[in-house]
Amino acid sequence: MDRLDSLEAQSIYIIREAYNRFKNLVMLWSVGKDSTVLLWLMKKAFFGHAPIPLLHIDTGFKIPEMIKYRDKLAMELGLTMLVGQNEEALRKKETFPDGKLTRVQCCMALKTIALRKTLSGEWPRKKLNLKTGKYEEDPSREPFTGVIVGVRADEEGSRSKERYFSPRDKESNWDVADQPPELWNQFKTDFAPGTHIRIHPLLDWTELDIWEYIKRENIPVVSLYFDNGKGLRYRSLGCQPCTKPIESNAKNVDDIIEELRTGKLANIAERAGRDQDKEDGNSLETLRREGYM
Amino acid sequence: MKAEQGEPFKLVIVGHVDHGKSTLVGRLLADTGSLPEGKLEQVKEFCEKNGRPFEYAFLLDALKDEQGQGITIDTARCFFKTQKRDYLIFDAPGHIEFLKNMISGAARAEAAVLVIDADEGIQENSKRHAYMLSLLGIRQVIVCVNKMDLAAYKQDVFENIRKDYGAFLSKIGISPVDYLPVSAMKGDNLVKPSENMKWYKGKNLLEALDSLRKEPPLEDAPLRIPVQDVYRFTENNDRRRIIAGRVESGTLRKGDEIILLPSGKSTRVKSIEEFNRPAHHPEEKVSAGYSTGFTLEEQIYVRRGEIVAKKGEKLPEVASTFEANVFWMGRSPLVEGKEYKLKLATSETPFKVKEIISVLDTTSLKNEKGKKIARHAAGKCVIECLKPIAFDLAENLQNTSRFVIVEDYDIVGGGIIVAKIDGSEYVQEKRMREEHWDKSMVSFEERAIRYGQKPLFIMITGKSGIDKKSIAWHLEKKLFTLGKKTYFLGIRNLLRGLNRDITDKNSREHIRRLAEVANFMVDAGLIVIATASDLSHEDFNMLRSIVDETLIITVDTQEDFSDLNLDSELPPEENAERIIKYLKFKGLIFSL
Repeated sequence: MDRLDSLEAQSIYIIREAYNRFKNLVMLWSVGKDSTVLLWLMKKAFFGHAPIPLLHIDTGFKIPEMIKYRDKLAMELGLTMLVGQNEEALRKKETFPDGKLTRVQCCMALKTIALRKTLSGEWPRKKLNLKTGKYEEDPSREPFTGVIVGVRADEEGSRSKERYFSPRDKESNWDVADQPPELWNQFKTDFAPGTHIRIHPLLDWTELDIWEYIKRENIPVVSLYFDNGKGLRYRSLGCQPCTKPIESNAKNVDDIIEELRTGKLANIAERAGRDQDKEDGNSLETLRREGYM
Repeated sequence: MKAEQGEPFKLVIVGHVDHGKSTLVGRLLADTGSLPEGKLEQVKEFCEKNGRPFEYAFLLDALKDEQGQGITIDTARCFFKTQKRDYLIFDAPGHIEFLKNMISGAARAEAAVLVIDADEGIQENSKRHAYMLSLLGIRQVIVCVNKMDLAAYKQDVFENIRKDYGAFLSKIGISPVDYLPVSAMKGDNLVKPSENMKWYKGKNLLEALDSLRKEPPLEDAPLRIPVQDVYRFTENNDRRRIIAGRVESGTLRKGDEIILLPSGKSTRVKSIEEFNRPAHHPEEKVSAGYSTGFTLEEQIYVRRGEIVAKKGEKLPEVASTFEANVFWMGRSPLVEGKEYKLKLATSETPFKVKEIISVLDTTSLKNEKGKKIARHAAGKCVIECLKPIAFDLAENLQNTSRFVIVEDYDIVGGGIIVAKIDGSEYVQEKRMREEHWDKSMVSFEERAIRYGQKPLFIMITGKSGIDKKSIAWHLEKKLFTLGKKTYFLGIRNLLRGLNRDITDKNSREHIRRLAEVANFMVDAGLIVIATASDLSHEDFNMLRSIVDETLIITVDTQEDFSDLNLDSELPPEENAERIIKYLKFKGLIFSL
């Protein structure tokens, strides 16, 4: 059993456990490499099937190629694809790119709040019609009680403290100081009404593991991760105004693995291109306590 | 040195609060060049900006609360590598309030580093954590006597702690692989020999870590696959019925004759399934560690919680009563007689503590007689489950001997099974009832043959709002038309009569009485049909413990306890017809 085998086995176990224990389960798909691996692991867990619906929180500022790729893959794999959005903030132009909010406030409005309201069913969800390829309002507003998220422990300090199954209260808040015990692969699957559980199958994976697994399984990823011909590629994907590409000539998955292994990138934080992290010392942790992914 | 392949070696750092665990890990990361570039500078800058001295612990204690209080609240995990192998480190909190977090980290580790402050010596959690390690089954322990700089690097300080602590550890069955004098803050003896302790000739911490053994895989042990789920996905005309679970030990091969416990059913393995199978995964077998799935030669009924074992190998134990060592994390103590939930591998069952044999003070290690096990304490007790479960004894196979205890919504305790005991109160109660049951001269079999049906209690369930009653009515009508003896038992009819005295709408007593009434009718040979919304696992367990012949049918939910799943999109007549087909297929109704 090699490293990828054991990471895969644990992730699959967690996904299956979530599927068995939660009636209203959803998987967040940011269209980035991590959550795309997560989506693939769902297919591995269910022998080629994808029974868990996917939810994308569309800020309206995503790099257009991401949206195109999302819908293409959803159609190809026959996914139950849901999309949530803070339509009001976008309509009133209360965002960072419109100059009304700081980056962190903008993340809070377009991602954190949009996610919270979409999960709870307070705001409508759009669902991809696999016959027409168009999005329609989903009649179901049932709150999701289990939310599978592709965070990794090595990304950043606060994420290193997550459990595989992590409870959130009614306001989606994360009580870091009082987390449930988690031992012997027994997870917190019982929860009070109104609360929900975040499930993290990728916690033990590193960035390099992700790319090696993408190679092993031949998983389709969005081409923004590769050198666009100008010596630039994205290492981490987000909203266009707040995400910068890095200098790199990596043109394919092998090149990226080489780049991560040989240490050219080993000493630069993965989220270095994400500007919202820099505004205050602990912004990602602040966002995460409020329910950010 | 040849680098080890495979998954990282999992290590937990434990010890009393303020003895320097986070500092040790932070320093280890810094000195081995395992930090991302700029991280050290970033934390140093942060400290400067906030007017406080830099500490290596801040590298780990990344959360705001922790930096504020200078203690680790939760287990942080981080990675580092030596020339020999990769490590995954869990830095566990030393504060007593966070024992459950320490346990969460330690339960996943293959080895532990116990940190003791040379200046303060052995403290409460130095002992409690060590005991937890022994209970969690961690045998490889390195003791680091830290802050040697504060003890002027004196050899006798180190030797005294080594002697005293060693005496304690031997009592709980831990013999450390190494004792090291270190100073995490000053960097003594972590990644290179210390100039300040020339009297010490042993390994430095990095060398000691690299000499820890990797536990051998359990491929050759008896097969255990706890059933996690049974899948029947019909998209794209998939006809496979796949039993899913992780191989906890042993090896499963195509064609193996397997036995499911506790039910005792057996069959052969038809195929081992995998989506997008990589080249290095063989098609005909799967071994310990993998999350797998397989199909069976015969379509026997399999449910989550059963353990798959192999004929000819040592089988798991099956019992409803056993003796266990438990540790407790709940706010209110573990007491005799109260109902809790036990989760062992994938099984879940209500249980009671029949007897607390002894309570252990985890710091003094004194055994005392007691009626309860308080928070952060441990003890030995007799556990009695509502129904028999399959398990192993801790000395044979650890993975299937470990369980957790759930109270309300939370995991509040854990334990390992050390002995099997026969005869359970629940089972006895039921046996008593059967013994004292006034039987008539007409036997169960005679009735069954006369009526062309096995007596049954069919419970149709699903979320509220789904029309289950129409399905029940149609089913009753169809059975009646077929000449079967049947009755629809409306729960509403009970509410205004038999159950009039129950004021709590959500009381489980409603379900119990429904089952008791059904039990009489089933004894009379009838097929009784009832509906209920949103029943819990405990409710089902109770139903099944009252009426043996309970058949659970769910609408729109794929529950593991369900015998048949229906789709509310279909008209009720059609769903009722599907139930009829199922009953015929199972030989539960038959023509004579």
